[in-house]
Amino acid sequence: MNPLLTIEDIHVTYPPRRRGGGVSRAVDGVDLEVRAGEIVALVGESGCGKTTLARAVLGLQSTSAGTVRFDGSPIPTDAGGRKAFRRQAQLVFQDPSGSLNPRQSIYEIVAEGLRIHGINDGEPARVAEALSRCGLRPPERYFLRYPHELSGGQRQRVVIAGAMVLEPRLLVADEPVSSLDASVRGEILDLLLGLARHHQMGILVITHDLGLAWNIADRIAVMYLGRIVEVGRTEDLLADPRHPYTRALLSVVPEHRSLDEQILVGEAPDPTEIPTGCRFHPRCPVMHSNQAEHLGIFDRCRLVDPGLKSVANGSEGHQAACHAVEIRS
Amino acid sequence: MSADAAIAGSAGHLLDVRDLRVTYRSNNGPVPAVRGVDMHIAAGETLGIAGESGCGKSTMAMALLKLVAPETTVTGQILLDGADVLTMKPGELRAVRWTKASVIFQGAQHVLNPVRKIGHQIDEAIVLHNTGGQHDQATRVGDLLALVGLPRRRAQDYPHELSGGQKQRVMIAMALACDPLLIIADEPTTALDVMVQAQILRLLTEIKHERGLSMLFITHDLSVLSSIADRLAVMYAGKIVEEGPAKGLLRGSHHPYTKALSAAFPTIGDPASRFAPSGLKGDPPDPSSLPTGCSFHPRCPVVTDACAAIDIQLKAPTADATWRAACVHVGGAA
Amino acid sequence: MTTPTIAGPSNGPPLKTPRQVTRARRLLAARRMWAQLRSDRAGFIGLIVFGLFVVMALAAPLIADVSELRADAGRGRPNLAPPSREFLLGTDGIGRDVLAQLVWGARVSLYIGLLATFVAVVIGSVIGLISGYAKGRVGSLLLAVDDFFLVIPFLPLAIVLAAILGRSPNVLAVVIGVTSWAGSARLVRAQVLTLSQRGYVERSRALGSRGRHVVTRHVLPGVAPLIIANATLIVPAAILTESTLAFLGFGDRNSPSWGKMLGDAQDAAAITQNAWWYFLPPGLCIIGVVLAFTVFGRALEQIFNPKLGGR
Repeated sequence: MNPLLTIEDIHVTYPPRRRGGGVSRAVDGVDLEVRAGEIVALVGESGCGKTTLARAVLGLQSTSAGTVRFDGSPIPTDAGGRKAFRRQAQLVFQDPSGSLNPRQSIYEIVAEGLRIHGINDGEPARVAEALSRCGLRPPERYFLRYPHELSGGQRQRVVIAGAMVLEPRLLVADEPVSSLDASVRGEILDLLLGLARHHQMGILVITHDLGLAWNIADRIAVMYLGRIVEVGRTEDLLADPRHPYTRALLSVVPEHRSLDEQILVGEAPDPTEIPTGCRFHPRCPVMHSNQAEHLGIFDRCRLVDPGLKSVANGSEGHQAACHAVEIRS
Repeated sequence: MSADAAIAGSAGHLLDVRDLRVTYRSNNGPVPAVRGVDMHIAAGETLGIAGESGCGKSTMAMALLKLVAPETTVTGQILLDGADVLTMKPGELRAVRWTKASVIFQGAQHVLNPVRKIGHQIDEAIVLHNTGGQHDQATRVGDLLALVGLPRRRAQDYPHELSGGQKQRVMIAMALACDPLLIIADEPTTALDVMVQAQILRLLTEIKHERGLSMLFITHDLSVLSSIADRLAVMYAGKIVEEGPAKGLLRGSHHPYTKALSAAFPTIGDPASRFAPSGLKGDPPDPSSLPTGCSFHPRCPVVTDACAAIDIQLKAPTADATWRAACVHVGGAA
Repeated sequence: MTTPTIAGPSNGPPLKTPRQVTRARRLLAARRMWAQLRSDRAGFIGLIVFGLFVVMALAAPLIADVSELRADAGRGRPNLAPPSREFLLGTDGIGRDVLAQLVWGARVSLYIGLLATFVAVVIGSVIGLISGYAKGRVGSLLLAVDDFFLVIPFLPLAIVLAAILGRSPNVLAVVIGVTSWAGSARLVRAQVLTLSQRGYVERSRALGSRGRHVVTRHVLPGVAPLIIANATLIVPAAILTESTLAFLGFGDRNSPSWGKMLGDAQDAAAITQNAWWYFLPPGLCIIGVVLAFTVFGRALEQIFNPKLGGR
């Protein structure tokens, strides 16, 4: 069976902001799959290109190279085909307040997708169904409300309902709970989990939060500076992280005590100046602690770009892009 | 307030807050944002306050230095180093701000003036309070920058030339400018990435130990407090619903709200939370129309019939217990 | 959060079709707006005062005979006679009824003011919308045109245009409209730029919509209130401009506007002769309309854009 979504070597570049500035390589060669009924978490710090990748997957951002396949075939480029694809693949935004038009009632917001795609039969029934599936019950009570009359959690449900009404098969959720209160997060995550489990939807969740990934994701892909540096099943990747960046990310999660805290210096560098060799090497603890020299890979890390390779003694599908991981096996 | 708390209050606490109430005005009448908070911080101690948006934690923190909007009423007692902030004249208040207690605000990018060099902005606090001789001001700014892990030459930079984490470091340097005894940190790491958040938390911990500072650390993320706070207080709807030593409270909390809050940030590797995100039904209450009785009861998973009627006060289960919680299930009953 | 249910199936008839839902929402929105306007006392009074002027203009034939406007109407009557039972506001420099000129003048002044505003708003909105939405060369060209009209002193331009194009009320309205659209184009453009950055426009695109849907469903509804509020502020400016042009002698000689009355009063030396009944009424009318429309416009702006922060 084909995966629902296949991302093959996607690149997204932005032209220089200033004269003389470099081209920004926001997404720099990413491969990833999402199967039907599967939740994949794309984890990384801000500026790593995860949101750009999400937009590229949905065709909201043009790519400079690579292919995105949906159901095995590349997503169409012509207007009609693109529109048909949009019906199947929906986006849920980070900020529910901003993604709802304050002048529209909840009914109109949820019905907007139906109207765009010219689905006229049983519109109120479809809207009511989508709202109640997203936990807004009884749905009629919400029809005439405005976004500002709802709480943050309810707004995010409306956004999800607006996507669900088209019965998509793929959902891309960009930080779906990061703007919500802690006690409300659970309900939204539960909703996403239910959509994947009971409706066989494929979900790509963009997040910076490894705890969220542990809560709902089947697989995790860790992104650093435009590239996926480690990918694997959630249990494998979090119990046995191989890439030094993943290890560092995991070590700073409060209350996570299985790793020694390893705070990286500096902040994620600029995608206009991606380092040579391994893009992580200037911040890599393996480089800083002389381990790299010890392993005899110091120059390799600085000069050779490591590709994603299956890790030794790892579970199926566990891959990392690191010379040190490779040499130790 | 119990008698022993009153005695403890007079015995050498840097900050002692008694029955603090903050009510602000809105178009729909008065809104009680903080509804009777008692707390204290000893010298060198860090108290963490956790709670969700609208629970009154930031309002309370700002009220400690009377940084509130006009027409907001603040009642109770705020003893800072022995003097009551609420009875101070404006001049005294200005003197206390920054020299006794300073604030690290959330959202550094909005607090820093975009058209002034950061050196000047740090300098401002020193000049206003005239601490230290004028000749060594430049050195002082440089020292502060070095203290927060920034190169001295950064004093010549404008805020937009710094990254988010660096701006937050500047905010910390500004807070330290007048050698305060207490630092009030209001969500200092909220907008930052996990790695930078860890850097800032480590920096704050180091500075705190080095200088013997007291700190009030406010956050919505209970788990952040594990590494920095000595004691914790959890706020809900303008009141403290549970308080106790940080370690114990994070290991096993007693109030159902605290439990829900800590479960919202799952422990990675814990099979109980795998594919089981946990949360509460409903939303945090609107301070202008609070539920009757215990304000948590409409969302409470262990609600009893009594909860809608009586507003339970903070109480300790036994006389020698280190923690207190405001719940009918605490202290023998049920 | 506990918010009261505004309306809906619980306290009204069940909603079946999408049209019913939309209608119910529009009704609600209209009711809410009306209530808001009612609660803004100054704005509401402004609306009433303006309404009275409109009634006066429409009822002109009932109040005064149009023949009073003819140059020879005052033959044989005293010039600059003070108010009397026969002539409630006295007579002008050539013996004509001032009241008749005032009520017929309301027609000309309001007509030109409203038509000029319509012209300005149409040009301003179209150029603002296009320059905000179209990126690239078209956008920057329109922006340059806008800048040109924004900085050029409008009165000399209007005088030149009036001199070239003629002086009928319609031409005057167009001339005034053409010289006063630049500000609203700027406003509309800025709003369009802001709106296109909004999350809900992005969401609409992600749902599969294209340019036209976005413009008609999200951008125009967002801009429309601003356009309306802005229009109510152009009206008084246009009336003032018309008065200025007429006062300076660039108006239509055959149709009396308030500005022309002031000009005539000046020519008849009404001020030195203390004939207050001649120059005061048109002056007060201009001030009254301008003030009424300005406070009404401010109230509308408040309603549509509460973020302006009312003080």
